[in-house]
Amino acid sequence: MREVLTQATYLAASVLFILGLKSLTRPDSARRGMQQAAVGMLLAIIGTLLHREIVDYRWIAGGLALGTLLGYPLGVYVPMTAMPQRIAISHMFGAMAATLVGVAEYYTHGAEIPGPKMAALGFEVLFGSLTVTGSFMAFGKLQELIRGRPITFPGQNVFNLALFTVAAGCFAWLIGHPGATAVFYAMIAIALVIGVSMVLPIGGADMPVVVSLLNSYAGLASSATGFAIGNNVLIICGALDGGSGFLLSILMCKAMNRSFRNVLFGAFGSPVAATARTAEGLTVKSVSPEDAALQLAYARSVIIVPGYGMAVAQAQQAVRELADQIERRGGEVKYAIHPVAGRMPGHMNVLLAEANIPYEKLLDMEEVNPQFASADVALVIGANDVVNPAARSDRSSPIYGMPILNVDQARAAIVLKRSMNPGFAGIENELFYDAKTAMLFGDAKGSLVKLLTEIKAL
Amino acid sequence: MTLTSVVQLYVFVLACFVGYLVITRVPPLLHTPLMSATNAISGISLVGSLVAAGANLSRTATILGFAAVVSATINVVGGFLITDRMLKMFRHAEPSAASSPAPGDRKREG
Repeated sequence: MREVLTQATYLAASVLFILGLKSLTRPDSARRGMQQAAVGMLLAIIGTLLHREIVDYRWIAGGLALGTLLGYPLGVYVPMTAMPQRIAISHMFGAMAATLVGVAEYYTHGAEIPGPKMAALGFEVLFGSLTVTGSFMAFGKLQELIRGRPITFPGQNVFNLALFTVAAGCFAWLIGHPGATAVFYAMIAIALVIGVSMVLPIGGADMPVVVSLLNSYAGLASSATGFAIGNNVLIICGALDGGSGFLLSILMCKAMNRSFRNVLFGAFGSPVAATARTAEGLTVKSVSPEDAALQLAYARSVIIVPGYGMAVAQAQQAVRELADQIERRGGEVKYAIHPVAGRMPGHMNVLLAEANIPYEKLLDMEEVNPQFASADVALVIGANDVVNPAARSDRSSPIYGMPILNVDQARAAIVLKRSMNPGFAGIENELFYDAKTAMLFGDAKGSLVKLLTEIKAL
Repeated sequence: MTLTSVVQLYVFVLACFVGYLVITRVPPLLHTPLMSATNAISGISLVGSLVAAGANLSRTATILGFAAVVSATINVVGGFLITDRMLKMFRHAEPSAASSPAPGDRKREG
């Protein structure tokens, strides 16, 4: 009877989780859907506490209390700008839980574990432990505890491949010989090293792919946990998590014009060999805040293109205030969001929503690109490579083929930029030398404040 | 291969299909909340951790289970809270919204 009740809560939880994810297809249904998913989680926890194998509740109570104590600040106080590292560290916790359950299971049953179960268990701890250290490294890079630039050494790919081969060898051996305790723990140790060496060569701008990929690994590890301990709700959630991470990493790769292999083994950010056309002989037109404000004040339609530079400068609020001023004067303002505008999928949307910008105005690339041609002004704030027309026209450019926002098609462009330093990819941007483009140099937030003062004075 | 593992495989494959169909329809607008939501949901490994922590099989297994319960609970509590915090920021345009920020969710950094 108890067992039936437990299973019923698991079924209810699975359904509520899937409905919760489905609610995310629309922003106005999303919040309620996720709250229902949280109820599903609560049901599953209560159902589990009825499990007949549980005889001692002291450690459980302690663990739940400590986890809540640590989890609460991670949910409530982390600023939205820190979302990428917050998500990276939670992949670490997720993978850690899966790995620890796997180790506990192996420690208890060891040599008696049959082959198929050992396969699931091995997969679980293998992917789990490499996700633990990999996510921690990603967290460190995003939090800037360690250098964000790719760290490479000669023979790195061969080294990583060798490690992976050895780990896979251990895994295969364990399926045939579940009693080989030393091999099991050696495999964990190697997987922990793989996690580190996998993320070391990956640079800051590639982090959206890595974070998504680690999401997928964490999901697969918990799915494998489900196989190992015979729990369907774990299998389902792991599949949902793994699938979502995988889909997002493919989307991110497409948005950056890179292949998976290229992200994982390419170490982007190292000097670009075939540098595109250089800027010699071209002149840049610089504009004063007064003139730029005048241009914006009398524009009928403005498309704002926020980049990571805007987020770094914490200028979201100033952007919204500027947009309010333009709208007050009868202009229409929209926002063009490139898929990799932030440091993780969809990050820029969250930052702008936090600044109270209604989501209808946040347009994704496919939606907004046809609209540039009819825009009076495109206001580019701290974005560079994602608005570089070389991606469309210059075959020799390293970003050729990358989907970009068609800012160059707008009637005029104002670019807020700190200096003429090239962007992350180290490529010159023709847009800045275009006759229609005016550059407003300075810190994004400072320039926006100046623009605001000017536009208010008009 | 036992019957159980075949059934498990069924469940896994079908869940992958459902996941694919649902997740591909999530707009890029909500990709960050999607990621934190799947994170919160993956905290379901808590159910495995609870059994490991409470089955009293051995000291080591209990401590491993305890650590797993802590990790998974962090994801459940933190994950659902932060997802909710994000989702409540996504709001409709109001007819005369221009200057009045919605109550209760002011920016922290000032």
